[in-house]
Amino acid sequence: MNRSFTCLRYMVFLLLMPALIFTPVVGGTSHAFSLDVDKRVAPNGLPVLQVERHNIPVVMVTLLVKASPLSEPADKAGVAYLTSKMLTEGTAKRSAAKISEDIEFLGASLDASTTHDFTTISLSVLKKDVDKGFELFSDILLNPVFREDELNRKKALITGALRQREEDPAFVAGRAFIKEVFGAHAYGRLVEGSIESVGRIQRDDVLDFYRANYCPDNAILSVVGDLTPQELNALVGKYLAGPSGWKRTCPAPQKVSGNGNAGTAPSMMPFAPAGLRIVPIDRDISQANIVLGHLGIARSDPDYYAVQVMNYILGGGGFASRLMRVVRDERGLTYGINSSFIGNKEPGQFEVEVQTKSASAGAVIDEIVRQMEQIRTGEVTDQELSDAKAYLTGSFPRRFETSRRIADFLAAARFYNLGDDYIQKYPDYIESVTKEDVQRVAKKFLHPDRYVLVVVGNQKQVELPQPQPPQEVR
Amino acid sequence: MRRLFSFVLVISLFIPALVHAASLTAATKEFVLENGMKVLIVEDHKAPLATFQIWYRVGSRNEPVGKTGMSHLLEHMMFKGTPAYGSKQFSTIIQRNGGTDNAFTTKEHTTYFQSLASDRIGISIELEADRMRNLLLDPKEVIAERNVVMEERRMRYEDDPQNLLYEELIATAFTAHPYRWPVIGWMSDIASIEREHLADYYRRYYSPGNAVIVIAGDVYPEKILPLIEKHFGSIPPVENKLHAVPTREPQQQAEKRIYLRKETAELPYILIGYHVPPFPHEDNYALDVLSTVLSGGKSSRLYRSLVYEKRMAISAFADYSSFYRDPFLFILGANAAPGQDIEEIEKALYQEMNGIIKEPPSEREIQKAKNQIEASFVFAQDSNYSKAMNTGMFEMLGGWRLMDTYLEGIRKVTAAEVQAVARKYFGAANKTVGILLPAKSGKPEKKDKE
Repeated sequence: MNRSFTCLRYMVFLLLMPALIFTPVVGGTSHAFSLDVDKRVAPNGLPVLQVERHNIPVVMVTLLVKASPLSEPADKAGVAYLTSKMLTEGTAKRSAAKISEDIEFLGASLDASTTHDFTTISLSVLKKDVDKGFELFSDILLNPVFREDELNRKKALITGALRQREEDPAFVAGRAFIKEVFGAHAYGRLVEGSIESVGRIQRDDVLDFYRANYCPDNAILSVVGDLTPQELNALVGKYLAGPSGWKRTCPAPQKVSGNGNAGTAPSMMPFAPAGLRIVPIDRDISQANIVLGHLGIARSDPDYYAVQVMNYILGGGGFASRLMRVVRDERGLTYGINSSFIGNKEPGQFEVEVQTKSASAGAVIDEIVRQMEQIRTGEVTDQELSDAKAYLTGSFPRRFETSRRIADFLAAARFYNLGDDYIQKYPDYIESVTKEDVQRVAKKFLHPDRYVLVVVGNQKQVELPQPQPPQEVR
Repeated sequence: MRRLFSFVLVISLFIPALVHAASLTAATKEFVLENGMKVLIVEDHKAPLATFQIWYRVGSRNEPVGKTGMSHLLEHMMFKGTPAYGSKQFSTIIQRNGGTDNAFTTKEHTTYFQSLASDRIGISIELEADRMRNLLLDPKEVIAERNVVMEERRMRYEDDPQNLLYEELIATAFTAHPYRWPVIGWMSDIASIEREHLADYYRRYYSPGNAVIVIAGDVYPEKILPLIEKHFGSIPPVENKLHAVPTREPQQQAEKRIYLRKETAELPYILIGYHVPPFPHEDNYALDVLSTVLSGGKSSRLYRSLVYEKRMAISAFADYSSFYRDPFLFILGANAAPGQDIEEIEKALYQEMNGIIKEPPSEREIQKAKNQIEASFVFAQDSNYSKAMNTGMFEMLGGWRLMDTYLEGIRKVTAAEVQAVARKYFGAANKTVGILLPAKSGKPEKKDKE
């Protein structure tokens, strides 16, 4: 580590240092980026994705299981989430207490979480403890016992947390919003379920859900870190795919609950009928918590990338977005405003979220609708388009900085069928978007005349705008 | 317009410091510019990425009475333009280059950061040097941003009962030290901050001698230092003598207790704060281990007892950060489960602490806590941002090399020492209790199991 460079070398460097720091970078990432992904299928049918990284002695494991609210009965909403949380609460040979004691003694972590589309079980462990980590990981995955008393404990914790979150007006607004947008569809409820639906879940429901969804052919294993393919193969063979390993096969995926048309309609229908729907929720607070939006787009829609570019300009681009510039920087009406299209397996939502003092609610809502109109009817500027593309392509490699992020990405990319060449192709997907595309997708996917508006706040002080189209107030 | 043309190369620009042997800081190098500005570089060539941070030694502890929140408002104003780069151009340029940027303010310091492809890090250097020197502070922008911060305060505190309790607890626990006011400031103070207050504050604290640059990632000192020298080297040192906070918080004489009743609260919530010494005090290590024994995961004592066995709380925790320059608090807390009595929960928290006062934790508990603390540092090494954060935090406390000292200190902690700090700091007269109650019932709910 020789740092005894001389002053002369500085001078040389200074003379050579070109003053080109701000050279425009529109047109691609600064580095061609790729990941060397080792792909295989374990003998039990479990797809395995691996990236070797030896920068630090850690191993990150992500097991994605195709188990989510999409595959649970609506009256047992929350069973997917509850099942995943029960994995670490007792196995045939370990009590709940023993599991947490064993994993925490390693300074490691082993957690399950569920999104609207899938469940992930994540292990983060030091290299020196990787064998023990895999043993624990396979134990909770293969041998959970779902003890009745542990189930009741977990249900009480989940319902207690749901109750506590009622304190958070943004949570209340978001929950009301998805309910209004998606109705009976699984995306219309919380992943955790409701206090009522969790109360209805019995041990058999959890067991049934586990048996129907937790199988090697219904999962994706992704491992990133300080491990060679040989080492990983040995671990997978020993703990997951060996003679006493994970062998079950799952029945064919069940049809989505709640709505027979799910997955077929990237339009407003059948989830949300036309017209404005305003949902005011009264709370004694100082701000109006606003969510405005409607049905959006699926991850697999060919317009997904054009929509991401358009949304960056509208409200997804942080301080570079139009909404942030106007509502925060010019008018000082909020700390933060953003818009997003949730690209799920089935069409997710488009939503604008913002908080503002009660008296400004109307002004902010007017501005959001005006900006939605504007991006539909007027062209975006060359600068806006090139800025959006430069950010989306230039920030892409940062998504792969840590082993944890790579492991999660690999599993999700396989789940959403993004293709093995996704990383190489991503810049082209973004670069090929034109101004016309932006306007086209704005017209197609933004509906300033038929949105859901949720306002959680002091309804006596909130002044809502007087919209021109007829409204249906609930 | 920019005026860095008059840049003159100075001999012996950088004074490389000693390198620490094999450790978390093995890849860290220190340099000091002639104007007193310190530069810390943590090389990591795993990916062509880097994080740039600049840390100013100024936070809410430095604010005058009546102008609380000034450090944080100034942080916001740092994005509102210089003559060379107009309002919000900073973020626009960073994002155009695929980066993200942001900033945060604490009681101790104000930090600005960008994460970028490593070949773009020169952009951070030029832009940060520009706004260290040439901030506009346009009066109209000050007014707009004051409103933004007031909205931030409404969102984070006024409308969040648990955060409001935390704010009230801190304001009660401290009598004299400026730690008692919130970083975001009191509403009336925020409203009263004018351009000239910010301008004076900026001139006083935003200077090379009061700032530290931390860069972590795929950079080479011999390439990056000339750029830093070019842009920061010509900024003159400020002669202003920075005043330390002269106040010493007097020893608390008796227990303090507050109740906060809010209609928007759903479940009772408790926070108990104990005054403890700042880093690097010899007791910090044992306090850190104690905090992990109490609250490091589901196998820790508080979860095991209050959440799992007694089922009285949906969460129970110890919150201890030794990253303060003056004595701050070790906090115990819990969220009541529905139908549970918060006073019983308070007793159960004391019971857990008394358990350690009576009998030291087991060797295995101590070893587990040490493993958890040490592993968390290893995991953090994967991220440029985390590495820069850890480096900067320790530098603010007295030197980045303390990161190694810190881990050595943790490794040496014994069960008897953990017991000793529990005895020393967790007495009744040293504590402040804050309880949040749902206003609907007016008093703690009666137990009624559904």
